[in-house]
Amino acid sequence: MQTILQSPLFIPLAVTIVIIAVFPLVAGYLTLVERKVLADFQVRLGPMRVGPHGLLQPIADALKLMLKEDIIPTDADQWIFWMAPVISTFTALTSFAVLPFSQLLYVADVNVGILVIMAMSAVGILGIILGGWASNSHYPLLGALRSAAQLVSYEVALSFALLSGLMVAGTLSMQGIIKAQLSHGVWFAFSNYGFMLVPFVVYLISATAETNRAPFDLPEAESELVAGFHTEYSGFRWALYFLAEYANMFVASSVAVTLFWGGWLRPFPSVAWLDPINYVLPFLLFFGSGAGSFLLVKRLPDPLQQKVLILVALLLILSGLVFLVPQVNHAVIGLFWFLLKVAVIIYLLVWFRGTFPRFRYDQLMNIGWKYMIPIGMAAVLVNALLGMT
Amino acid sequence: MMDALFFYLFATLVLGGAILTVTRRNAVHSAISLIVSLIGVAGLYLLQQAEFLFAVQIVLYVGGIMVLFLFVIMLVNLDQAAKQRRFNRQWWIALLCVTAVGVEIAYFVRKGASAFSMARPPVAAVANAGGNTEQIADVLFRQYLLPFEIASVLLLVAVVGSVVMAKKRI
Repeated sequence: MQTILQSPLFIPLAVTIVIIAVFPLVAGYLTLVERKVLADFQVRLGPMRVGPHGLLQPIADALKLMLKEDIIPTDADQWIFWMAPVISTFTALTSFAVLPFSQLLYVADVNVGILVIMAMSAVGILGIILGGWASNSHYPLLGALRSAAQLVSYEVALSFALLSGLMVAGTLSMQGIIKAQLSHGVWFAFSNYGFMLVPFVVYLISATAETNRAPFDLPEAESELVAGFHTEYSGFRWALYFLAEYANMFVASSVAVTLFWGGWLRPFPSVAWLDPINYVLPFLLFFGSGAGSFLLVKRLPDPLQQKVLILVALLLILSGLVFLVPQVNHAVIGLFWFLLKVAVIIYLLVWFRGTFPRFRYDQLMNIGWKYMIPIGMAAVLVNALLGMT
Repeated sequence: MMDALFFYLFATLVLGGAILTVTRRNAVHSAISLIVSLIGVAGLYLLQQAEFLFAVQIVLYVGGIMVLFLFVIMLVNLDQAAKQRRFNRQWWIALLCVTAVGVEIAYFVRKGASAFSMARPPVAAVANAGGNTEQIADVLFRQYLLPFEIASVLLLVAVVGSVVMAKKRI
C-alpha cells in the first residue's frame, strides 16, 4: 500500500481516473446550473420536477440519453459518423491532463502546457467538421462549415490574448504560470498597471466564440440551422458532443483562471494578513448555502423531496465545517480556489448567453477580424513595452 | 523498451496514414489519413524530447492547414472525382523509378555509413539548457534571426497578396 501511495505515478493516475469518472456528472450539473440561471434571468422556474428544485434532473437526462436509439442516416459515412463525436470528446478530455487543479493535484506539468491545450482544441475542430460532413445532410454541413470558419478566425485572437499573458509569465508550463504570479504577488489580470485586463477581455470573448456559446453559437443557431453540425446525431453520440462542449467550456475557463486569475492562489496572494480568508470564505460559502437550503425545505410539498433536500443541506454544512480543520484546509484550499474561480467564469458565460442576442454571421466575422485581432495585437505591443520595466 | 514501442507505433501511424492518403478514393478519407500521418510525426517529435515542435506541429498542420483542406474539399463536388479513373496506368514505370531510387539510396547509405551518426538520444543536451522551448527561441532569435525575419516578410507578402486577390475593390 505504502509503495503504491509513494509511487510518482499515483497522483497522476488517480487524478485521471477521477476526472474521467466525475466529469460527466459535473457536465450534467453544469447544464442544470445553466438552465436554472437562465430560467432566473427570464423569470421562470426552470426544471422543478425531478428531485427538489430539479436537483436530480441531470441524472434523469443522462439515463434518457443512454437509453435512446442510436440513429445513423442511410447515406451517412458510417465510420466518420461514428468517430467524429469520439474525436471531440477525446480531445476535450485530453486537455484536462495539463490543468493545474491545485499545487499537488494535476496529471502532468509539461513545459508546453498551454500549447498542448491549444493543440487539443485545434484537433477538436475536426470532430465538429467531420461530424457535420459525415451526416450527409444540408444543415449539419452548413453548421460545420460555419463552425470551422469561426473557430479558425477566433483562434488567432485567442492566441494573441494568451501571448500577452505568457509574456508576463515567461513560461508555457501551467504550474509555472501560477508560480510566476505567486512571485510577482499579483494576478496577471491586474499586472502591468491594469493593462493586462485588455487581453483578459479579448480572451474571454474569443473563448466564448471558441466554445460555440451564445452569443457566438452560430454553428448551432436553431432558428437557421435546426441544430447545426449535430442535427443528425441522437442518443449517446449526441451526448458525447454535449460532453465535449461542456468539457471545452471548463478547459477554456480553467485557462483563463490559470493565466489571468492566479489559478489555485487565493486573492491577494502576497498580503499575509489576509490568510484567514482561506478559512472564512469556504466556510461562509458552504455553510451559508446549506443553511439557505434548510429554509427552502418547508416550502416543498413532497415529503420525499424534503428528505433529499435535507440530505443535500447537511452535506453542504458538513463540507463547510470540514474546511475549518487546518490539515484538511491546507490540502484542499488550492482546489477550492481554482474551482471557485472556474465557476465564476462559467457563470459569466451563462450570463452572456442570457444577456446578448445572437450575432449575425457577418457581425461575428467583423468582431473577430476587425476588432478582436487588432486589439489583441495592440495589447501584445503595449504589454511588451510595459513589461520591460 | 517503452521508447522503441512508441517509436514503432508512431512510425506505423506515419506510414500507414501516408499510404492510405494516396490510395483512398474519397478525398475526405484521404485528408483524414493525412491527419493521422501528421499526428504520427508529432508523436515522433515528442519521442525526441521536442515538446515545442510536437505542439506546433499539431496546432499548425492539424488545426490550421488540414482544417482548411477539409474546408475546401467539402465545398467541392466529390461524386464526380470519385468516379473518375485514377491515372495509375503507368504503375510499372513508377515501380521502376522507385526501385532505382531505392537501390541508389541504399547503396550510398551503405557506402557512407561511417559519416552518419544515427540514433543518439539528445536527452542530455536538452536537460542542460532548461527546456526545449527556450532552446528553440535562443537558436531562432540569436543564430538565425535574419532568416527568421526574411521568412516573416515572406509570410506578410503572402497575407497582403491574398487580401489583394480576394478583394474585388480596394
